Amino acid sequence: MMTQRISIVENILNANDRLADENRSRLDEFDVFALNLMASPGAGKTTLIEQTLSLLPKQHHVAVVDGDVATSIDADRAAKAGAVAAIQINTGGGCHLDAVMFNQALDKLDLNQVDILLVENVGNLICPSGFKLGTHKSILIASVPEGDDKPYKYPGMYRGVDALVINKIDLLPYVPFDMDYFKKGVEILNPGLVIFPLSCQTGQGIDKWIDWLSKALIDIHNSQ
Amino acid sequence: MHELQITESILKIAMDYATKEGATEITDLYLTIGDLATVVDDSVQFYWNIIAKETIAENAQLHFERIKTELLCMDCNARFHPNPEDFTCPNCGSIQVKVIRGDEFSLDAIDIETEKRK
Repeated sequence: MMTQRISIVENILNANDRLADENRSRLDEFDVFALNLMASPGAGKTTLIEQTLSLLPKQHHVAVVDGDVATSIDADRAAKAGAVAAIQINTGGGCHLDAVMFNQALDKLDLNQVDILLVENVGNLICPSGFKLGTHKSILIASVPEGDDKPYKYPGMYRGVDALVINKIDLLPYVPFDMDYFKKGVEILNPGLVIFPLSCQTGQGIDKWIDWLSKALIDIHNSQ
Repeated sequence: MHELQITESILKIAMDYATKEGATEITDLYLTIGDLATVVDDSVQFYWNIIAKETIAENAQLHFERIKTELLCMDCNARFHPNPEDFTCPNCGSIQVKVIRGDEFSLDAIDIETEKRK
């Protein structure tokens, strides 16, 4: 019997990251611009998707992948709102989507028919930030009723995203929410992050989000 | 919540390497976890005790090395350990910082037993 030490130094999430890279190549091959939408439960991810579907110029074909612990309520809403396809992933208790689940969802889509793919992650401000999917941009949807301390409490999530939506600004008069304190927390974690304060209820501010999305789509096509 | 999945990855990586070396037992695993990686040691240990049962890693000890977050200020080049909620440079007040250490999450080495010298 002999004992020996084997050096490994392998990133434990490597397998996920490798598959995320494959997912990205597949999206690029079909010219699909994919966004990973993350938020806490109830922030308004599905409502933002519905609004985005109705306001984006109709020449864009948008598909939606919905991650939830259970039910197909969200995918049904997306299909009704005009998505060319809506795939529901039930994680069966899992707290986040990972590259494997996203890969399986891509198998179910005809990517030739899709320009924009909106991925609605499981409602959770912690775990989704740790698992790459292979999407081009990560978007965080915060909302006013959650409170202005969330950047301070969930730094990992706020640090890793490419754009931030602050939903439900129509509730600002009724809820204690210090926008300056909130934005300061964001700036510390993610300097220069583009922020869209908006309300999916009243429509205020959504035009800027749609403009950004349209421009990002053009940029990604030009860079390929 | 996702520590089960992570622990399964750790076991898989360790088993792949151990099998290649003809191990009869895995006795120790050395893991590095940065403070920015949202992984809880106790939770990994809890799942390990369940999923490693009846494998050659059943009696293995998990060793965790925690890495403190270290940042580099892009304006004044100061290196510092921030407190968890404020990444502002204590030297010049800049918020343009880069993470140097703290987001690691790796299996660095394992100790194995083999029947005989190769």
